[in-house]
Amino acid sequence: MSLLDVRDIAVSYDGRRAVEGISFTVEPGEVVAVVGESGSGKTTTAHAIIGLLPRNASLDAGQILLGENDLATWSARRMESVRGAQIGLIPQDPSNSLDPVKTIGAQIGEVLRIHKRGDRGTIRRRVVELLARVGLPDPQARARQYPHELSGGMRQRVLIAIAIALEPRLIIADEPTSALDVTVQRRILDLVDDLRAEFGTAVLLVTHDLGVAASRSDRLVVMKDGRVEEQGTTREVMSAPAAEYTKRLLGDAPALSARPFKDAAAAEPAIVVRDLVKEFRVGRSSFLAVDGASFEVPRGTTHALVGESGSGKTTTARMVVRFTEPTSGTVSIAGAPDDRRFRRHVQLVYQNPYGSLDPRQSIADIVEEPLRNFRLGDRATRRARVGELLDRVALSRDLLTRRPRELSGGQRQRVAIARALAAGPEVIVLDEAVSALDVTVQAQILDLLEQLQRDLGLTYLFISHDLAVVRQISHTVSVMNRGRIVESGTTRQVFTEPRHEYTRELLAAIPEPVR
Amino acid sequence: MKGGLILSWLVIVLVLLWAVVPGVFTGYDPIAGVPAEKLQAPGAEHLFGTDAVGRDMFARVVHGAVHSLSGAFVAVAVGLVLGTLLGLLAGSAGGVLDAVVMRVVDVLLSVPGLLLALTVIILLGPGTVNVAIAVGIGSVAAFVRLSRSEVVRVRRTDYVEAAFGSGGRFPVVLWRHVLPNSLGPVIALAALQFGVAILAISTLGFLGYGAEPPTPEWGLLIAEGRNYLATSWWLTTLPGAVVVAVVLAASRISRSIAKEGP
Repeated sequence: MSLLDVRDIAVSYDGRRAVEGISFTVEPGEVVAVVGESGSGKTTTAHAIIGLLPRNASLDAGQILLGENDLATWSARRMESVRGAQIGLIPQDPSNSLDPVKTIGAQIGEVLRIHKRGDRGTIRRRVVELLARVGLPDPQARARQYPHELSGGMRQRVLIAIAIALEPRLIIADEPTSALDVTVQRRILDLVDDLRAEFGTAVLLVTHDLGVAASRSDRLVVMKDGRVEEQGTTREVMSAPAAEYTKRLLGDAPALSARPFKDAAAAEPAIVVRDLVKEFRVGRSSFLAVDGASFEVPRGTTHALVGESGSGKTTTARMVVRFTEPTSGTVSIAGAPDDRRFRRHVQLVYQNPYGSLDPRQSIADIVEEPLRNFRLGDRATRRARVGELLDRVALSRDLLTRRPRELSGGQRQRVAIARALAAGPEVIVLDEAVSALDVTVQAQILDLLEQLQRDLGLTYLFISHDLAVVRQISHTVSVMNRGRIVESGTTRQVFTEPRHEYTRELLAAIPEPVR
Repeated sequence: MKGGLILSWLVIVLVLLWAVVPGVFTGYDPIAGVPAEKLQAPGAEHLFGTDAVGRDMFARVVHGAVHSLSGAFVAVAVGLVLGTLLGLLAGSAGGVLDAVVMRVVDVLLSVPGLLLALTVIILLGPGTVNVAIAVGIGSVAAFVRLSRSEVVRVRRTDYVEAAFGSGGRFPVVLWRHVLPNSLGPVIALAALQFGVAILAISTLGFLGYGAEPPTPEWGLLIAEGRNYLATSWWLTTLPGAVVVAVVLAASRISRSIAKEGP
């Protein structure tokens, strides 16, 4: 008999159906990955199983069989005995999921206390055991620390410790590594794998990352628009996808595509960065965010700056676009004037398309802004140019009068790109510009960027933590670690013959779809 | 919309109509009384009763709305405009200017509002408009604080930086992006201050600094009724109830603006 048997469940929010006809099973000790893009209903499904749907949502139909029991008919109160004890949850965001005013030890102890597992002494010993088990060094000291004293990866380990505290038969991991750096992600996923092997716990892995799902699961459930598109063993689905949507998803996932490398063109450099240093002062002490970075980007090509959080890649990008003053070193951009007109020449596209567009302005106003600032043309020609720009980024002109909140993430990023193009720049700095997007949207934006580069001869500085995306779009790469560039070269060199240890570690952390 | 909010809007719309077209609501004269009908208890003839010289209290409340409301409008306008401008300046310029403005605001906030208003009245002299200006100046500090904190928040957003990145000059970005996105909570505070201002103006009217008798300003009505508190409760209670209703309604509407944004 299956451990978990979800039969035909349907969930609606405020009466609107969000998820319908979802059925799948999880066998003991198995990893089942639920894959889908944002809005596909994968998180809603997970929350329905564990009885944590928000108040405006209701489970309308179906059965959720955990062993013999149908959880769908259980009261909220009765579910409390299941959560933690029989189903553990690893939540998505390690920075928000721990109580900032309680020690780590108290938070792990809480789940043991609620389910009455032993007296205080036993609980304290068990907490230290658990912290050691999830691989935190010096567990006794950790138990006395507060969440803000721990890194993101360490917090995620604490959340895993909470999830396994009562040795549940099933763990639901809701995007357990999306907020983490790739090398940390890999260690966390390895840990989940080890624990599964040790306790025989089944794992329901909810993720948008097909690479992670493919490399870590036995079976795949592909969801789209609140329905199951396809399910089967991971090997079957990956090698012979049946549904059209799965095929597209596989084609768009940069980690899985085997596009040829781009070769660097021999052109004069458009961006020259020499010995760039940025020192930040924190109270009396100071630290080097960027420590002697140097690179060149040939005109009309894409140079990627790769690194994990805190590597100094964003600080470098901000110095290139002159939003941050370097402590020492130079950035020269061929043909860019030194005054305000610099901004006609160099543009920045931000990571978060939700934050970089003024929520009160219409799309037309947003795209027109650089034209107005530089007084390019009169009102009518500006309006005409805005229309052309929207065509260029493949957005319908119907959107001109809309506000940013009415647009999807991908559409917003297209608007941000249209704005960047408006004044006719030659260099565009893209700071994690596709990182917040779903894979299919990501693939479309990457295609758009490549096409714009071909048509307009743009030079890109592409900041990213995602090696798979970098491999696809860039001609040359610099790898950054702790403020230093540890390795530079053509994308082909860096990916096929990495020389630096850190580059090798980064490459090894890309999820491989083999099992 | 919830019932309380609908009721609040109804109250505000009603008193606004009182101020604009008082004749529709009452046929009595607010100034000239009929001595024979003095000090009558509320009834079908006189909804709020009559005062010591036989004036219909309901008529006086209705005709008084225009005085109390316009006073409150002026007060809020003074606080809103002065406060938001100073907050915008302090929040966007930063540095010394920010520090100086905010320390002055700290001093203003440390003085009780009514005391501050009284001080300003002593400087300007009594009168309806002066009272309104005094109450407005008393609320400037709160507006500066709130708008500055909003401006500081908005200034850190990506879209403001992107506006500079699009070649925007400082005043243009301030006007086009920072100000509109900072105003939401400030508007909510203005709605709240509207109720507070009515209360403060009534208080100052009650103390004798505002309108001169026989103007039917609400605070003055209550002050005059005070002499008959023991025998004629309606002279203080009913105008007081109107003030309370308007203040509560303004506060409820303010809360809904703060929650949903204007």
